[in-house]
Amino acid sequence: MDVLYFAWVRERIGLPKEQVVTSAATVLDLVEELKAREERYAAAFADISALRVAVDQELTDFDAPLAGAREVAFFPPMTGG
Amino acid sequence: MRVVVQEAAFDAGAELNAFSAGLGNMGAVVSFTGLVRDVAGGLAGMEIEHYPGMTEKAIAAICEEAMTRWSLGDALVIHRYGALAAGDTIMMVATASRHRVDAFQAAEFLMDYLKSRAPFWKKETTGQGDGWVAARDEDEDALTRW
Repeated sequence: MDVLYFAWVRERIGLPKEQVVTSAATVLDLVEELKAREERYAAAFADISALRVAVDQELTDFDAPLAGAREVAFFPPMTGG
Repeated sequence: MRVVVQEAAFDAGAELNAFSAGLGNMGAVVSFTGLVRDVAGGLAGMEIEHYPGMTEKAIAAICEEAMTRWSLGDALVIHRYGALAAGDTIMMVATASRHRVDAFQAAEFLMDYLKSRAPFWKKETTGQGDGWVAARDEDEDALTRW
């Protein structure tokens, strides 16, 4: 699936988008896989209460299932308007 | 209903006139225009990042929700991304209804939801460097009244 990062999450991880091959059942499982990769991921996901997640461009929770998901995005709370 | 997400500047007055033209039986139009604010002085610029694809869908969903909650003849949202300077127009919302209460409330609802549920992130550049604008608890709390 495609994993996207925005704002300071993108800056901390160092890329806007990557392809991830995963069998993670939920968003939280995916986060744990990413954190185990490298320090920059561990740093970006250190406090997930400071993050929001969208699956297939819909806001959701970290316990959301990933079955059939094509795109997961991580970002800080939004500041539109 | 019209949702526009664009990098280019726009003329909020011209957009409002175009929105208001031909509404027929609508007696009220409410509009809000958001500008880049130099909060502490010394703002060199602002960069707005967004999530192409999700941004348009999220704003359309917020507009559709407003159309079902209030009796609206039409609604308009224009939101910019990219590089902006202090005083630039970031975004505008306009709503039209037969009577003013619906248009006022729907415009406030749209603004409250755009602040916290449309995927935009603001980064400010000042003399002290760059920094992401933090989301405010008051903006999140504002959603509870709807």
